Amino acid sequence: MVILLAGPVLAGLAGTVLPAFGYLPVLGYTSLSLDPLRSLFAMPGLSKSVLLSFGTGLAASILSMAIVLVFTAGWSETRTFRRLTRFLSPLLSVPHAAAAIGLAFLIAPSGLLVRLFSPWATGWTRPPDLLILNDPAGLAMTFGLVAKEVPFLFLMTLAALNRPHIKEYYKAGASLGYGRMSVFFKVVLPQIYPLIRLPMLAVIAYSTSVVDVALILGPTTPPPLAPRLVAWMNDPDLSKRLMASAGALLQLLVSACALLTYLCLERLAGLWQSARYASGRRRRHDALARQAGLYPMIVIVTVMMLSMALLAVWTAARSWWFPAVLPQKWSLGRMTDAFGMGAPALAATLALAIAAASIATARTLWLLDARSARNAATQGKLNILIFVPLLLPQISFLFGLQMLFLFGGLSGTLLAVLLAQLVFVFPYAFLALSDPWNRLDPRYAKVATSMGASRLKVFWQVRLPLLLRPVLVTFAVAAAVSVGQYLPTLMIGAGRVVTVTTESVALASGGNRQVAALYAMLQLIIPLTFFVLAALVPSLVFRNRAAMRLER
Amino acid sequence: MKRLRSTAAGIAGVFLTAFAAHAQDQDWQTVLDDAKGQTVYFHAWGGEPRINAYIQWAAREVERDYGVRVVHVKASDTANVVSQVLAEKSVGKQTGGAVDLVWINGENFASMKASGLLAAPGWAQTLPNWQYVDIENKPTVAIDFTVPTDGQESPWGMAKLVFMYDSARLETPPSDLNGLLDYAKRNPGRFSYPQPPNFYGTTFLKQALADTVADRDVLSSPVDESRFDETVAPLFTFLDELHPHLWRQGQAFPKNVADMRQLLADSELDIAFSFNPGDASGAIANGELPETVRTFVFDGGTIGNTHFVAIPFNSSNQSGAKVYANFLLSPMAQTRKQEPEIWGDPTVLNVAALPANEKALFDAIDLGPATLSPEDLGPVIPEPHPSWVAALEEAWTARYGAGSE
Repeated sequence: MVILLAGPVLAGLAGTVLPAFGYLPVLGYTSLSLDPLRSLFAMPGLSKSVLLSFGTGLAASILSMAIVLVFTAGWSETRTFRRLTRFLSPLLSVPHAAAAIGLAFLIAPSGLLVRLFSPWATGWTRPPDLLILNDPAGLAMTFGLVAKEVPFLFLMTLAALNRPHIKEYYKAGASLGYGRMSVFFKVVLPQIYPLIRLPMLAVIAYSTSVVDVALILGPTTPPPLAPRLVAWMNDPDLSKRLMASAGALLQLLVSACALLTYLCLERLAGLWQSARYASGRRRRHDALARQAGLYPMIVIVTVMMLSMALLAVWTAARSWWFPAVLPQKWSLGRMTDAFGMGAPALAATLALAIAAASIATARTLWLLDARSARNAATQGKLNILIFVPLLLPQISFLFGLQMLFLFGGLSGTLLAVLLAQLVFVFPYAFLALSDPWNRLDPRYAKVATSMGASRLKVFWQVRLPLLLRPVLVTFAVAAAVSVGQYLPTLMIGAGRVVTVTTESVALASGGNRQVAALYAMLQLIIPLTFFVLAALVPSLVFRNRAAMRLER
Repeated sequence: MKRLRSTAAGIAGVFLTAFAAHAQDQDWQTVLDDAKGQTVYFHAWGGEPRINAYIQWAAREVERDYGVRVVHVKASDTANVVSQVLAEKSVGKQTGGAVDLVWINGENFASMKASGLLAAPGWAQTLPNWQYVDIENKPTVAIDFTVPTDGQESPWGMAKLVFMYDSARLETPPSDLNGLLDYAKRNPGRFSYPQPPNFYGTTFLKQALADTVADRDVLSSPVDESRFDETVAPLFTFLDELHPHLWRQGQAFPKNVADMRQLLADSELDIAFSFNPGDASGAIANGELPETVRTFVFDGGTIGNTHFVAIPFNSSNQSGAKVYANFLLSPMAQTRKQEPEIWGDPTVLNVAALPANEKALFDAIDLGPATLSPEDLGPVIPEPHPSWVAALEEAWTARYGAGSE
């Protein structure tokens, strides 16, 4: 089990570390040296790139977390909260790249927001020369990351909140005169925080090493570290490979520093907060703070919805030039072309998503069930191993992994891509399912066992039906992660395994907005379908079981 | 006697030529037989739907006529393909490589050639349609960025830098580099170029270098490190002057040439450029650019080159790849490629020397409203040696791409 989980990552890391110290026999580099590191540090603007990766990644993660927590604190258990929840969940299935493309078109100087007010209000007959996208400080990129991470962290928080007695805490708090937000921060958060901590760490690791969002929204003079790495990795000057590997190690360090910084901040916040638990301050008048927590969330939901709507319009737009608010010429030809030419890619994506999600979900269930049976004490260690792929920047070990698959003669096959995707899909599946599983009242299983049911029977007839909804959601999450995999699919698939995601990035390099929008939509369809199914199937299956309907 | 001997030699000569031609036919027949049933993975940049559609069309033709299946693997950057073949070589994969044919030129070709990643030299000349290639007037079909192709890549199309502008906003476009600088100064924020190392951005640098350098001949040999700074000094003087007037004051750049085209359509930019003289007409036909867009070139000429297809050393479907490469060279495929609504990419063939029927195909092409006629395209400035690419990109990045300290 340990090898199965950590093996690919370790092998991948080895394939990165050796070239970083000058060892890559194929290219004739057979002696260890520090030259790659030296040439890396001689790259112009490297310190800026490092700071950008660190700064935008950490800022975006903490900002996302703050937005989610303040909003949850102020509004959970209200109607507004439930309404926004309905909008936020589907946003999780929006791939990062698609979100970034939509956002770019919304806020660019020639984008929709400016068009809506031009020229009648602004007097601009031509787009103003304003630096909004790709700003050197990475503000647009940070915003893009926040818009995409908030739904993820929010849903994780929501899942964590889904436990008994939360309502009672609020009631008790209110009867003692505590404000809603005080109750959340003093009583509820300390209980649920351990559950959202790991997703938060994954978000930090991801945001500090993100490639696609950085390419679309990020600065370029200089770019953050991760996109520069990919560029060096792909430089026709093959000796840059060594430097790229050294850069991958640096990326590892940057992400690790960001994680450490966060852990320190977390400790400080914990100290600060624990001094206040028993202060007795009620903070009853928190209306202003609650409003402040609501607006960022509404802005994010609106912006994301608008971006998606824009992408949808673009799929049918032939010509759509500034300052037209709606396309000047429409055409559906490209759409039918895209479906025709994209059909094999769509089929491969679907096959991979279903296979990866099935395997990951099944493996998670098997692991969880085995654990419940054993009451294993080794949970902690195994947990870390499972999540290692999420806490390491992908590029830091993918190149090594690619070598491994080439040696095994598997490179370029659907199977190889499936295996590579599973490295990333499985941790998310585990993340999504382990909490609902552990929360399931163990007495159900006990009663069944005492009535003579075998472990197998308990699993199939008691646990699985009770957990149908979270299992389906896990499946959908896993499928969404599988669809979103760009680098693993590209590098392990050797270009022969084509998915809508690899297609969409290739087509986005051409910059035709209609085609880019079309493929972004194709990318969206699969996860969205699974999320819809995950919501529909239980309500159909449980239509005669009032207690099995949605908790609220 | 003398006459007899020369007659004999003449007869022998005719005979030999016929024999050689026969042998070549037979060789090609072997390739065709071998190719039947093969699947060719053609790795080609996939960012332009029109080009993708053309590749699909050609794939359908060879599947129908020769039983060769061609799969277009859409690369986002040809350099990725080079890395991939390299990764295969590094693990000792001598056959069955993932790439059977790659769309390539310039430094990617130079890099593959230098690292021994290409199939044995000479195959390009064995293609039957090689006979129509215009080696005389288009020297770049056999010399790729000053590197001899040695028949390790087969020419596919010609490229030449042309500038695009919207005639509804701009009446007389600049006629040289200084004119462009003046325009940028008078209209700040309305010109830019993709950020090097983007291929098109680097091409703009090469154009500016060729126009500012004291002695253009030094560009055709590898970079002389000791004299590099001196050689490019006028280029950077020009760029230093230009940058404050660029779009976004040079703090951000268009991502690539298509992004630049979009910015031209949105009237963010006044002047954009392309490496394909027919691009603007094609984009107009596709509704991506307004109908008033026209193109222009510099009076002193612009950079031009040829793009190719090459076979990696470890492809197991080399015969199939050759059949496809040969089809891409055929007059029929080349005329179709030149139609602006198909692709608008100029041919590598010598149209004047083609048989009458094939020549008529080319004569019938309507180049579209924004394409300059071959006579108006002006002189071709040859590409500098590939080593200039990396040197220019590094110098540029150190100067403008690393942020002000």
